[in-house]
Amino acid sequence: MQDIVIIGAGIVGSFLAHDLSKYDLKVTVIDKENDIANGTTMANSAIIHTGYDPEDGTLKSELNVKGAKMYPEICKELKIDYQKCGAYVVACDKEEIKILDQLKNRADKRNIRAHYMEREEIVKNEVNISDDVIKAISFPDTAIIYPWQCAIALMEEAVINGVDLILGEKVYKIDEKQGFFTVYTEKKAINTKVIINAAGCGAEKIANMIEKSPFHITYKKGEYFVLSKQANKFVNHIIYPVPTKVGKGVLAVPTTHGNILLGPNSNICESEDLSTTSEGLEYVRNHLNRIVKNIPYHEVIRSYSGLRPTGNNGDFYIKPSYKNKNIIHLGCIDSPGLASAPAISAYVIQEYIKKCLDLLPKRKYVKRKAPPVMNQLCEKEKNDMVKTQPLYGKIVCKCEKISYQEIVDAIHSPCGAKTIKAIKKRVRPGMGKCQGGFCEIEVAKILSKELNIPLAQVLYDEKHSNLGTEAKQW
Amino acid sequence: MVNIDVAVIGGGSAGMAAALSAKENGVENILILEQGNELGGILQQCIHNGFGLQVYNEELTGPSFAQKLIDEVNNNNIDYRLETTVISITKDKQITYVNEKEGYVSVKAKSIILACGCYERNRGAISIPGVRVKGIYTAGEAQKLLNIENILVGKRVFILGSGDIGLIMARRMMLEGAKVLGVAEIMPYSNGLMRNIVQCLKDFDIPLYLSHTIIDVQGKEHVEKITIGKVDKNKKLIKGTEKDFWVDTLLLAVGLIPETSLTQTAGIQLDAHTKGPLVNDRFETTVPGIYACGNALHVHDLVDFVTMESKLVGRFVAEDILSYTTTPNLINVFPLEGVNYVLPQRLNKDVKEKVTFYFRVNKPYKESKVEFLDGDRVIKSVKKKYMLPANMERITLKKDEINNISFDLKVRVSEI
Repeated sequence: MQDIVIIGAGIVGSFLAHDLSKYDLKVTVIDKENDIANGTTMANSAIIHTGYDPEDGTLKSELNVKGAKMYPEICKELKIDYQKCGAYVVACDKEEIKILDQLKNRADKRNIRAHYMEREEIVKNEVNISDDVIKAISFPDTAIIYPWQCAIALMEEAVINGVDLILGEKVYKIDEKQGFFTVYTEKKAINTKVIINAAGCGAEKIANMIEKSPFHITYKKGEYFVLSKQANKFVNHIIYPVPTKVGKGVLAVPTTHGNILLGPNSNICESEDLSTTSEGLEYVRNHLNRIVKNIPYHEVIRSYSGLRPTGNNGDFYIKPSYKNKNIIHLGCIDSPGLASAPAISAYVIQEYIKKCLDLLPKRKYVKRKAPPVMNQLCEKEKNDMVKTQPLYGKIVCKCEKISYQEIVDAIHSPCGAKTIKAIKKRVRPGMGKCQGGFCEIEVAKILSKELNIPLAQVLYDEKHSNLGTEAKQW
Repeated sequence: MVNIDVAVIGGGSAGMAAALSAKENGVENILILEQGNELGGILQQCIHNGFGLQVYNEELTGPSFAQKLIDEVNNNNIDYRLETTVISITKDKQITYVNEKEGYVSVKAKSIILACGCYERNRGAISIPGVRVKGIYTAGEAQKLLNIENILVGKRVFILGSGDIGLIMARRMMLEGAKVLGVAEIMPYSNGLMRNIVQCLKDFDIPLYLSHTIIDVQGKEHVEKITIGKVDKNKKLIKGTEKDFWVDTLLLAVGLIPETSLTQTAGIQLDAHTKGPLVNDRFETTVPGIYACGNALHVHDLVDFVTMESKLVGRFVAEDILSYTTTPNLINVFPLEGVNYVLPQRLNKDVKEKVTFYFRVNKPYKESKVEFLDGDRVIKSVKKKYMLPANMERITLKKDEINNISFDLKVRVSEI
């Protein structure tokens, strides 16, 4: 019998698994995907918003402000990327300046640092700001993280501390018996006292397995362009337009690795459809023109889209089931879900888990050892690494300069990568200009060797995404 | 720090030919740095024939062409490192490379030759709409998987782009038992060599859809369906021309781009059209002592041309090392109407020998003339029966013709 089953291994599920692993509990995490952070956490803007945007009185406003303040410490502890690059919200006319004033008021009330900037000062820091921009608010504490790395690091530490992680299995039924639940996947039936529904875009489906879902999710698709590192000077801060009722608008966002993201649009989707569209990307192009100029589209290396599970009233839905207080729904976690995630986890544990279970801190809690990242070392350190393990000196991805051994490390880490995409998320081969054209085969060969499976059976991502079939033997 | 005379980055046909020629012209201390586990570069996966007619007067496969150069490199005792990646180069010609045995090493060279080839333009760069699932490969990646690793990436295939690798792969996949349902090309003409259109598509009854592009890719776990559509002159989709193909694989042969990731730290200027470095008549980049050749400079049609160009560059490098004279005065070379790019982009004021110009036209031309102009004065005019963007054109100007130039040099093409 488990104490808790968490359904969903996105950023929220990962924070909960991590935070709950500090207590003497038996915790299992289940996700239908073959990797952690493969749904909404997979594709978003990767921003830790400071929390000036959500309306007063919402859970979003409370948890975003708290969550954003928790990140620096967490990232330092886990030794993962966190960059306070700051953000400019820019206004192009008088109407928009009025909105800036509202944001400034809200920021002041919430103790979020913010100050006005006139055009002259903006241009000094951002040469590519659009000619229409007349005023901005600078939010120096807005930050960027590497969401996959964050979720993976959290889950790794959870797994090291006894959390059981089941990937690639879909929950299709939940039974309620006297005092406990049984969660069914294709392969297993797991008994548990408490269920946390952190299934992102699938949260409503999970809720419907227990009761008529008390919340309704609309999928909102956001499409983005990614610019190569050659374009990394394009913007230095996150550039936002003023927010509208629809959302935060189309942004230009630096990433922790020196790329630039441009997007997203926001389109309602009927199904969990992750395709990009020429109309969507055209919308991104058109709306970007309002905030920036000289956009280096020749440096586009990829476009992608992500789905946000959006609720009816604009707020997160975080409540126990009406039927049984031992099921906690985390529904409608759209933006600012990433920024709020650590606070959501703390809130759920404090408000609900403590009421269902006794939380006794573990006697021994083991910290995760972050894997070496060769690119972040100085030449002497690099050479020391190569001396101890020569494969740190064999480069597999020449765009991102990723070594063979870093890929091996990712395969054998606590939540080891089993697919090409999982390797990409952990160590980044294929994230450069050639987009894996050269290194994907090498990565697949390493997976084949380390996992002891035939090369043709190596998966790109999902169940039937194997590389191919063996050609005829002559 | 170890000193070397000539460091060659890349051990494919360009790198080997340049190194061999530098050696032949008197340079002793040469080092080739190669990323792969053998010399030969991309030739090793090109197991089809058609190589070598110009250089060796015989028809060879890619690996046999490569082997001829490899044998020469070995016979000439030219030093090389395999599985070695160059991390950076500087304008002072310091090179940092890494491999398993030596770790991170910095060496100082008198000259550097960039011969690191090119990479394939991929889906991201051209923003093909649709899902991002398994089953979308560049043609070269599918070629490597098939020819080196013995993996067939799919059974029902569609190909976007009529570049040569795409055409070669259409035939190759058919021969391995896959079905190729068609090739779409956004331009109204093919971008591959005519012989490949005939031998790889026509002979296998594979339809070529000109002025068509891919407008959607669908599938859950891997590619299941692609949709193509006809485009107008401005490459905009003509509504109502959409056509679906149920395939499990999409191969992309949408162009090659010179590999220039090392140029930034050295401050080497690039040409917006070739996407490779700007060079003068001696193939020297904008940083003195750093040269470029082969597909790292501009994309060639045939490995024979790569080899011939690189041999020339190897000689220039050797001559410049032995007696280097800089000429601060440069003549700029510009493409005019009808010409996509022309190379070299700059000339020394006093060239020492004839210069061959390489260029590509921007659309097919019949019965036309190529003119070289100094200011408004035509200094050379060459008649051509047929020119295609897929074919690299070469025209040579004599030493005197160049040394009499007083303004700059422009190249234009017009129909007669």
